[in-house]
Amino acid sequence: MNPATTKPQPSTIVKDDEAQLVAAAKAGDGSSFNELVSRYESKIFRLAQNITRNREDAEDVMQEAFLKAYTHLDNFQGDSRFYTWLVRIAVNEALMKLRKRRPGEFSLDEPVESDDDFIPREIADWGPLPDQRYERNQLNSILSEAIEKLEPDFRVVFVLRDVEELSTEETAKLLGLSVPAVKSRLLRARLRLRQKLNRFFERE
Amino acid sequence: MKCKDVIRELSNYLDGELTREMLAEVERHMQHCEDCRLVIDTTRHTISLFCNQEPAPLPDDVHERLHQALEKRLRQSRV
Repeated sequence: MNPATTKPQPSTIVKDDEAQLVAAAKAGDGSSFNELVSRYESKIFRLAQNITRNREDAEDVMQEAFLKAYTHLDNFQGDSRFYTWLVRIAVNEALMKLRKRRPGEFSLDEPVESDDDFIPREIADWGPLPDQRYERNQLNSILSEAIEKLEPDFRVVFVLRDVEELSTEETAKLLGLSVPAVKSRLLRARLRLRQKLNRFFERE
Repeated sequence: MKCKDVIRELSNYLDGELTREMLAEVERHMQHCEDCRLVIDTTRHTISLFCNQEPAPLPDDVHERLHQALEKRLRQSRV
């Protein structure tokens, strides 16, 4: 079997060694770069799927993101985490794909705000640990389905802020939006997701 | 402060970005408004579900194609 296609075992290198891996990869050590890829491939794939909502597109985005990261590794200055740098590359790739496939789907304009957006429906107590009612796979599909059904303007902001945990400013910069626009989309995304999840988690 | 105003501040409340005065107002409202309390709690829970979700492992075929593409690029850069 080709060693390059063998699925790696979970890395035994601690996170602090990431700088060493990056330095070795910059110096031309392919196996260090492969180790970095293996560490983050599932997260980058999920990010790409969350934005594009299409498995083939997500695979293209992920491959392109890692190939670009390898080509431009010298541009990584180490002033952020390597993963954050990767996320930036992958988000740009994913947005390009989304805009090409569905022009106008992710808009830079601020949607008109209506008071209706701020009237929560389906209010119920979820109890302390509602997710423990579901197996991990079931829970994953509930969450994926909820996020997939969210409008792209809201979905992309939610993914960057609450899944990838980027700051509001970083999210705004990446998406070419203002900080207030990010905040307003995030609030509505959170409220809509809460509403979508309510029927699964409300206390019986 | 009305329910609608509390919901407008919900993100700022959860992200710890309210001024001390606004925070006091939101908390005063929540003391007597069960609905707002539930919306805030369940929204907090929604965020934590997504934020703590472990990604599924990459499907084998996707993993294989990715590493083949990388290997090809690595070989090219060594030439």
